[in-house]
Amino acid sequence: MEYEAVIGLEVHVQLNTKTKIFCDCSTKFGNPPNTNVCPVCMGMPGVLPVLNREVLHKAIIAGLALNCEISAYSKFDRKQYFYPDLPKNYQVSQFDLPIALNGYLNINIEGRQKKIGITRLHMEEDAGKLIHEEGAGSKSSFVDFNRTGVPLAEIVSEPDLSTPQEAYIYLNILKNRLRYVKVSDCNMEEGSLRCDANVSIRPKGVKELGTKAEVKNMNSFKAVEKAIEYEIRRQIKAVKDKEKIVQETRLWDADKEITISMRSKEEAHDYRYFPEPDLVPMEADKKWIEELRKDLPEMPDIKAKRYMDEYKLPQADADLLTSEQDIALFYEECIKHYDNYKTIANWIMGELNQYLNKKKLLITELSKLTSENFVKLVKLVDSGVITGKSGKEIAADVIEKGVDPEKITEEKGLKQVSDESEIESIVDEVIKENPEAVENYKKGKTTVVGFLVGQVMKKSQGKANPQVVNKLFKDKL
Amino acid sequence: MAITKDDVKYVSTLARIQMNDKELEAFTGQLDTILEYMKKLNELNTDKVKPSSNILDVKNVQRQDELNTPSLTNKEALAEGPDTEGEFFKVPKVID
Repeated sequence: MEYEAVIGLEVHVQLNTKTKIFCDCSTKFGNPPNTNVCPVCMGMPGVLPVLNREVLHKAIIAGLALNCEISAYSKFDRKQYFYPDLPKNYQVSQFDLPIALNGYLNINIEGRQKKIGITRLHMEEDAGKLIHEEGAGSKSSFVDFNRTGVPLAEIVSEPDLSTPQEAYIYLNILKNRLRYVKVSDCNMEEGSLRCDANVSIRPKGVKELGTKAEVKNMNSFKAVEKAIEYEIRRQIKAVKDKEKIVQETRLWDADKEITISMRSKEEAHDYRYFPEPDLVPMEADKKWIEELRKDLPEMPDIKAKRYMDEYKLPQADADLLTSEQDIALFYEECIKHYDNYKTIANWIMGELNQYLNKKKLLITELSKLTSENFVKLVKLVDSGVITGKSGKEIAADVIEKGVDPEKITEEKGLKQVSDESEIESIVDEVIKENPEAVENYKKGKTTVVGFLVGQVMKKSQGKANPQVVNKLFKDKL
Repeated sequence: MAITKDDVKYVSTLARIQMNDKELEAFTGQLDTILEYMKKLNELNTDKVKPSSNILDVKNVQRQDELNTPSLTNKEALAEGPDTEGEFFKVPKVID
């Protein structure tokens, strides 16, 4: 029998604000334990939480970026459970009236588009951090409440995903969109994005859903993909072996690349939600929401599609250029000056990206880089005034110091030499100095011409037009 | 009786409250009386009343995203903890 998987994702992103969701403690990462805390976030009796407006603001923007409807009326609720990282014994979250509902993202998979529904986006507070004492026989855990009350948006997808690859693409689009609208850093390593996957299988063609397992503890999108892949395999095998699939939470073990059942004491997941009496309801300001909607930038996946349609870029290029908004904006500046779309894309993905990666910089940190100079550089190479090699050599100066590539070409005398008579003497010299290579060439080992051309390039300090050099060798030998 | 002993047992487990049989018996009876009394509200016709989640006629109370009140020091934060170690609250180990 053939099986298909049904996958839904729950993503938590940290909304980037200066202060916590219900108190003005700092959200700064890395402060000493239990110092970003106050009576409100530690759940002392008698305190009054007040919503941080910036949390609401960013939750609405996130909702709009995911094509959600923003609720006209929304409220907070208490979700009750006991765990040492939760000082109040309840988490303030949203139950039946979340801030945003009914969104979607379109993903492209193997050339066709698939719509993935987003059930809801709601605001909630994060819990604290538990550190477990190492070693057998240890009896204690330690609690740091700095994260308690850090604002989160939980984004729940419909079970519309059918493969690990679809989940991976969905997550990337979601992350890129939230980064474009600047509501979250979406950095999984630093914990500003977390993802849990609900996975079940069913025989192909069957409508009812199978029993699902919730898989947690993945620390990258690749890990999410792998964990889902494993989980599907595990469940199919279990069914074939006539084992019963139980509804449970499973943890991804990144080293062993398997999921492991979390043997929790059988506890009823009965959260007894009720309205949070200390926080008053939110009524949407329609004008504000429309303003926010108007201010949304062109979304990365939409932009990528446009790059493919308008600039005829391959999907991989379009995805790469649009994954960082500032890179995309720089690309769009560049192509205003020069319409060789693909060549400019290559230079940005090549020289510019390499430079940024090497120096660990963001493009916005390059204060002297201008699109004018960058395009001049591309044009100089493209039109054959300088060789690609020279272009790469001066790229760093153009990127970092903002030098005019035309000027530096003049100053360094980098103009490519295409005049045969000028190159001929160097070619003759190289032939004279390398009798062995010449002999080999004449014997039919024509690949050695690459070595000879290299010698000429060296002697001409990279200025000789390689095509002309090639031609001269072929004529002479 | 609308509420059973099992209901009360379940709720007491969720709330981490231990009860002996005598208490369970007593509370089941008391809770039942209270719920029966509150049932009186069901007689009202609320077809035209909007559901409410808050008794105050207030909405959209928010603050600016600004650091105004200083946080507690680590020492102050830990002062009320029943058990602490170093900069942390100390609790019985929660995982195996």
